[in-house]
Amino acid sequence: MSPIKLSYQVEKDDFTRAGQASSSIKKVLRQLGIEPQILRKIAIATYEAEMNIIIHSEGGSIDVDISAEKITIIIKDRGPGIENIELAMKVGYSTASQKIRELGFGAGMGLPNIKRCSDEFRIESSYGEYTKLEIVIYIK
Amino acid sequence: MTLKEVQRLLEAEVVSGEEFLQREVKTAFACDLMSDVLAFVDDKTLLLTGLVNSHTIRTAEMMDLSAVVFVRGKKPDDETIELAKENNIVIMTTNHIMYVSSGILFSKGLKGANIVHK
Repeated sequence: MSPIKLSYQVEKDDFTRAGQASSSIKKVLRQLGIEPQILRKIAIATYEAEMNIIIHSEGGSIDVDISAEKITIIIKDRGPGIENIELAMKVGYSTASQKIRELGFGAGMGLPNIKRCSDEFRIESSYGEYTKLEIVIYIK
Repeated sequence: MTLKEVQRLLEAEVVSGEEFLQREVKTAFACDLMSDVLAFVDDKTLLLTGLVNSHTIRTAEMMDLSAVVFVRGKKPDDETIELAKENNIVIMTTNHIMYVSSGILFSKGLKGANIVHK
């Protein structure tokens, strides 16, 4: 299988289209014959990350790189960054607003859940500038 | 338990996916917090929720859940129904509250979902 790349832009506060990128990624990977259990992990990780861009950032992108061995997903957003990554990774810690909570999100489970679904997980952030996640999920 | 049986027991109205009522569900999860559905649920399970918006269906899609029951008589909007149809997800609405809905299904043998404890 030759490498395939997918790229999506995600806008801030765009709750109407929330999940479209993750849905599209899941459908492409399903067509490529990725196993359902792995597909589910990828879908959860990308959906959580997509919601994070919409809820917390000024907008960003999701880039997916598919090879024969693994799926690499880079999620990068613009501002405001994460002040304390260790705290943000803690289950239950959230800075989401009441409005977000009414939508059923913002319980402080997102980042730890992304990590749980990933085989490799890297997070970097520059406060006031950006947050970048690199997720790798093995398919072999 | 088939979805048909779920519908009968909960006296539910099927809003989307009438053609899929022969599907089986082995477990159920009842919750209004999609963050928790995404973090804990490890089964292909039936979701009972009072959170009625398109994000509930998106969550079901990501988790490969085949059916969602909206409790407390809540009705989904057209956008939510459309998204469920696109993804072959069954939506039912029941007038029972979450506690009663869960109790009815549990008493008829539908067990709770296996969850991931971190």
